[in-house]
Amino acid sequence: MNIIDTLVQGILLGGLYALFAAGLSIVFGIMRLVNLAHGDLIIFAAFAILTITSMLGLNPFVSALIAAPLMFGAGWLLQYFLLNRTLGKDILPPLLVTFGLSIIIQNGLLQGFAADSRRVPLGSLESATIPLGAINIGVMPLLTFLSAIVVIVGLNTLIYRAPIGRAFRATSDDPVTAGLMGIRPQRIFATATGLAMVVVTVAALYLGTRANFDPSAGPSRLIYAFEAVIIGGLGSLWGTLAGGVVLGVAQTIGATINPEWQILAGHIAFLAVLAFKPRGFFPRAVD
Amino acid sequence: MTLLQTHALTARYGDFQALFGIDITLEAGETVAVIGANGAGKTTLMRAISGVLASAPEQILFEGQPIGALASPEIVTRGIAMVPEGRKLFPSLTVEENLLIGAYGTKGSGAWNLARIYDLFPILKERRHSPGTALSGGQQQMVAIGRALMSNPKVLLCDEISLGLAPVVIKDIYAAFPQIKASGASIVIVEQDIGHALKVADRVYCMMEGRITLSGRSSEVSREAIHAAYFGAGVHEHH
Repeated sequence: MNIIDTLVQGILLGGLYALFAAGLSIVFGIMRLVNLAHGDLIIFAAFAILTITSMLGLNPFVSALIAAPLMFGAGWLLQYFLLNRTLGKDILPPLLVTFGLSIIIQNGLLQGFAADSRRVPLGSLESATIPLGAINIGVMPLLTFLSAIVVIVGLNTLIYRAPIGRAFRATSDDPVTAGLMGIRPQRIFATATGLAMVVVTVAALYLGTRANFDPSAGPSRLIYAFEAVIIGGLGSLWGTLAGGVVLGVAQTIGATINPEWQILAGHIAFLAVLAFKPRGFFPRAVD
Repeated sequence: MTLLQTHALTARYGDFQALFGIDITLEAGETVAVIGANGAGKTTLMRAISGVLASAPEQILFEGQPIGALASPEIVTRGIAMVPEGRKLFPSLTVEENLLIGAYGTKGSGAWNLARIYDLFPILKERRHSPGTALSGGQQQMVAIGRALMSNPKVLLCDEISLGLAPVVIKDIYAAFPQIKASGASIVIVEQDIGHALKVADRVYCMMEGRITLSGRSSEVSREAIHAAYFGAGVHEHH
């Protein structure tokens, strides 16, 4: 047992969980909308990448580039025409509607792709490693982690530096006053969900090339995303990465002790954080 | 030329009717004050004009066009900006970001930009990286006014800008109005502070219980008439 190897694998796995969580975090942060279909949307995007890859014979990375704008559009329309109608003082309608959406997506995928376990083929890159001293680092896990960092830097820059990010924050604070500034909150929300779907596409690329997935795999990704967000603290994307890393490291350590303990160890780490730091490590949101 | 005009404007919150046929006009280049006690309907009138409350299209005309049914983002794009009651700065934004977001809906340029706002209220330049809500009440009001000016409005609606501020601070804020007028904006000032309203306005409307009870040139309306219109004594005597 090589503890350093285990830690490194866990940290890199945390990048994947941070990617799962980042989209969820944006949507919650800007709209206070808990999207229970988030995991299913990741699986939906993975099937989209798989379809583009197999139909057009493209590299999965290129397929993801094609899928990203399509997913942005789908997210925009979904928010504008459906989810915006659920927003309001009552927190129940968004939960019910996204729960229903989750069922619709799972069954739609089941209808379209059957229940078989699938994987996005990557050829030799799947098992490529970089030797680093005593350990070998997988190229794909490393790329996953680096992509998570790029996504978080990108999102932070957008939210805290760009005009659209100002509009996101202003609308999140007070949609009525944002309207007085010429901001159309409905469109801002649609754009935010579109953006989250681009992040979902990135997450789907690494999920789909790393392991098998099937139409029912969404809800467990949702749970990892929730856990990463809550461990990290609401409202902080870097915290979300930290949360993903905690989850990833806990899982790989658990798996090293006993392969059956991988999932359990992640959940126990989450419960431990909830017990001792209920607001997570880096809480930013006020409420 | 009449820039802005309401025609028998009504407004209601559920079963409660807040405005009963308001007719006011605002000429280009003019400053008009709307005064009245708490609950007279002044803020409702501002909310209706700015599009926060929807009205029938023809109840509000701007540059001859019906705008009553338009939503607030469309109204500000057309050239009516509001300084809302209670300032309503965005807590997640710095002072400078609060100002910048005021220009979100308007793409053109005009008399007002960040540099001009900082000339008008120099203290805001010093505090530009602070969160908007970390400022004193008076400074926050300056941000709210600057934010509205950033859209280079043809009409500036100011809702209760002196509310909750010390007299010396109110004086500082009103000192900015000559410059705002000089930039070409027409202004509607909603106030409970009658003294300041009369000093800065060309004309005045007095509201009570959702109706206009008095209107006239600021220089011509008497204190007694305002008192009657404000508290209702005159109205009851005539009915």
